[in-house]
Amino acid sequence: MSDVTLAELCIFACSETFRTDREIIATGIGPVPRVGAGLAKLTHSPGLMMTDGEAYLVEQPVPMGPRGDYQVKRAGHLPFSRFFDSAVWTGRRHAMVTPTQIDRFGQTNLSQLGGTHHQPKTQMLGVRGFPGNSIYHANSMFIPFHSKRTFVEGEVDMVSSAGYNPAKRVAGGNYDHIDLQQMVTNLCVMDFGGPDNAVRVISLHPGVTFDQVQETTGFELVDAVEGETALPGKDALVIINQLDPHNYRANVIRDNPPAKRTVT
Amino acid sequence: MLDKRMTPAEIVGRLSDGMTVGIGGWGPRRKPMALVREIIRSDLKDLTIIAYGGADVGMLCAAGKVKKLVFAFVSLDAIPLEPWFRKSREAGQIEVLELDEGMLQWGLKAAAFGLPFLPTRVGLGTDLAELGGLKTVQSPYVDGETLIAMPALKLDAALLHVNRCDYRGNVQLLGPDAYYDEWFAKASVKTYVSCEELVDKMEDHYHDDAEANIFERCFVTGVTEIVGGAHPSSMPPLHGPDMKAFKAYAGAAKDPGDWSAVADQFVGPDEATYLDSVGGKEAVMNIPLAIY
Repeated sequence: MSDVTLAELCIFACSETFRTDREIIATGIGPVPRVGAGLAKLTHSPGLMMTDGEAYLVEQPVPMGPRGDYQVKRAGHLPFSRFFDSAVWTGRRHAMVTPTQIDRFGQTNLSQLGGTHHQPKTQMLGVRGFPGNSIYHANSMFIPFHSKRTFVEGEVDMVSSAGYNPAKRVAGGNYDHIDLQQMVTNLCVMDFGGPDNAVRVISLHPGVTFDQVQETTGFELVDAVEGETALPGKDALVIINQLDPHNYRANVIRDNPPAKRTVT
Repeated sequence: MLDKRMTPAEIVGRLSDGMTVGIGGWGPRRKPMALVREIIRSDLKDLTIIAYGGADVGMLCAAGKVKKLVFAFVSLDAIPLEPWFRKSREAGQIEVLELDEGMLQWGLKAAAFGLPFLPTRVGLGTDLAELGGLKTVQSPYVDGETLIAMPALKLDAALLHVNRCDYRGNVQLLGPDAYYDEWFAKASVKTYVSCEELVDKMEDHYHDDAEANIFERCFVTGVTEIVGGAHPSSMPPLHGPDMKAFKAYAGAAKDPGDWSAVADQFVGPDEATYLDSVGGKEAVMNIPLAIY
């Protein structure tokens, strides 16, 4: 399996993140989370539901990019106009996203960097649905380049999604459904299972050390490494290729390195 | 018979400075762009715009029409960051109320039902409440839960683009997703709808598609036919987003970076000239649907 790429390893790790016995919507934004969600549905978590990326529910995850003769087979309908009622505000969803900043509390930012709210230095997307996603349902993250620019010291510039920050909680508010699951990066897999939801490293990708991860993270990590992140097997690779026939995954991580790297 | 037909200029003539205007559609999808262009050609100013934003928001900001923007995102999908919106924000040119996508439709629903607010958990644990001055409310029941009181987003006018209308304001929306158009319509004092095809009586032409009537004609003030009126946004099932046009529009934000130098290219002196400039009706209808 020496030709497995790091992106494929990450897809496999993302698919594990989506593992569930519930019937919930799996949303993976970007090639690696999206193929990971599809892989989860087609292997260990058949209850997962997903859309064609627009408005229809499909039982066969739709491959990425131009589809040629492939016909989307619609099994149901979940337009944006029903999404909050059905998926988000009932907690029946697990989303995997790539925010611009993440802090030690799991708070994320994809709205703005620097400056003020009236005049940000860099305007990004806006908070989108992150506030609602974070207060209502499970969320995970995929970060293709693990660095202190993403995993920031202190707190994120603008809290777009709720995390485990006690200072951000108002008395009487219901924070029970904040459920930050895993963060898959190009170096490791992390979760929020440490004391007071501290971020832990739970597996390292082949050739990566805990110190290497710590050095490129802006906050202190708990070493809870149980071993190497698992490589996808032959069957998983076949499905990954079916879900990403144009190999968009090759452009996700710089230089598209193999999963088994020599230590740099 | 009721007759709500108007010209695009008459519709924009009914708007006035300082109004709060809601715009239907979603990002680069099924936006009433011809009506937006008509606003840009007018002298209107100081508008508060509420939208799931795409180039509608970017253009109105660039053209200096926007005093305040209520938004959850502004994006062109394949071009994630709307460049003209960014320029306005980074220059500190507009006031904003930033909301979660779900909060925005919740505020429209509060307005539609004449309520001062609707309670929600959304926004708790984030910076939205503090930045937007949103207040909390406590449940009077035994749970006593503290919730954010999402204020009603009352609109003076809503602008929508749909597939079909009739003279009386019956609409039909044929794409896969109505987004929150019906709530923009119901949250608004007046709603103006442009369409690809205007017929006299819907029941005489398209009674088989009555399920596509996603909101009722009592919420419609004016209708107008503008073929290609969503361009460069998508108009499913007729056509997709014009990514070539969006790329040129996004590129112009960098070079020359000055809206007044390119407004003529992206707005034009009138809608007929604009449509010609992008290849005419046929070219627009041939733009393939987006693959997500």
